[in-house]
Amino acid sequence: MSDQILAQPELAGVSIDTDSEDISRSEVILKGALAAGAVYGALAVGPFVGRALAMAESGDVGILNFALTLEYLEAAFYEEAQTRAGASGDLKSLIQLVGRDEEEHVGALTETIKKLGGKPVAEPKFDFPYNGTAGFLKLAQTFEDTGVSAYNGAAPQIKAKEVLEAAGSIVQVEARHAAAIRLQNKEEPAPEAFDPALPEAKVLKAVEPFIA
Amino acid sequence: MAVANKPNALERVASDPVSRRKLLAVTGGSTALAAFLAACGSGSNSNSTTTTANNGGGATGTEKFGKGDVGILNYALTLEYLETAFYADVVKSGLFKGSDLATIRKFGSEEAEHVTALTGFVKQMGGKPAPKPKTEFPLKSAKSVLELAATVENLGAAAYLGQAPNIQGASVLAAALSIHSVEGRHAAALDTLLGESITPDGAFAKPAGADEVLKSVEPFIVG
Repeated sequence: MSDQILAQPELAGVSIDTDSEDISRSEVILKGALAAGAVYGALAVGPFVGRALAMAESGDVGILNFALTLEYLEAAFYEEAQTRAGASGDLKSLIQLVGRDEEEHVGALTETIKKLGGKPVAEPKFDFPYNGTAGFLKLAQTFEDTGVSAYNGAAPQIKAKEVLEAAGSIVQVEARHAAAIRLQNKEEPAPEAFDPALPEAKVLKAVEPFIA
Repeated sequence: MAVANKPNALERVASDPVSRRKLLAVTGGSTALAAFLAACGSGSNSNSTTTTANNGGGATGTEKFGKGDVGILNYALTLEYLETAFYADVVKSGLFKGSDLATIRKFGSEEAEHVTALTGFVKQMGGKPAPKPKTEFPLKSAKSVLELAATVENLGAAAYLGQAPNIQGASVLAAALSIHSVEGRHAAALDTLLGESITPDGAFAKPAGADEVLKSVEPFIVG
């Protein structure tokens, strides 16, 4: 197992600020989800996320707040990348496009949570450990694939149709980002016929060591 | 590890009832399509149609393909058959070589996996899988074929998205979503090859109702 962890060492260094009390739940889930992504590939995350959400307070607001945390992470990542990833040409444009989409997702999720009478989680502080364009691309691929899995894993538990529609509309865009980033990495844009999930027990076992 | 996981992922999807909503469903009009729909037989009830989007009072536009989730799955199956046939024809056309050809083969094989999975789901739910439609596609130049591929994939992704809220079974929904995002990946990859935006609808993908989708694919169904 350690060899798989080492396969994506960049995730080990992702840190999320835990000072703020109201983000702690999402933070733990997110950290676990990312750890699962590191071990098994991003697609492993779904069942873990579902289970973690089921254990927490939850309902649609809980799921939306989890999604919001992921979108915060992505938005911050791409915003910083504009000056840090050393990108030019097509990649530079792609970073701008994806970053804008993630910001719109943050805005839409925040609004939806408020409409449902919930309280949007605060934006955590992130620290992204990578060097250069190649490092950026590798981490971007992991984040996007993880995002797809996270939405796909959580969506079947959504109660309100409107919320499901919104989640579906966002996850498709995440999948599009994932494919475009993968092409930049010279990887298969759609590596599997089914964006899959690992059996829950396996995933939980794998992520345990990473949960604070 | 990825290889080891593959069967699990598939089994998991297979054990679900299914999902795929993708496809095309309902239509309006052409005789070939009407004949095709009639041939689908099992359970078709209405001609009614409708539905453009996702909710409208229970109508999904997929009723002609069967009731409830089975109808949605058969609609998706029909669309996947169409995509699979399209890629197979494109491979045979000789218009592509190298990495573009590899991509087309890969996408085609994934659509074929979707066909297999959806067929299994429909059977599992006690339904009769929709028949494979006869198809014909204009394959004139590499560019026009890529454009058609992008159109079909974008439509497929929108079709799944349009049906997601109509799906009753949670496991069917999970399976549909796992296919939906793959269609989105295909669409974005083809958009990239064409130099088009990977997110034609912007930050939020738009759904397509079965009527609209079926009408769009009608020209390619010949029997």
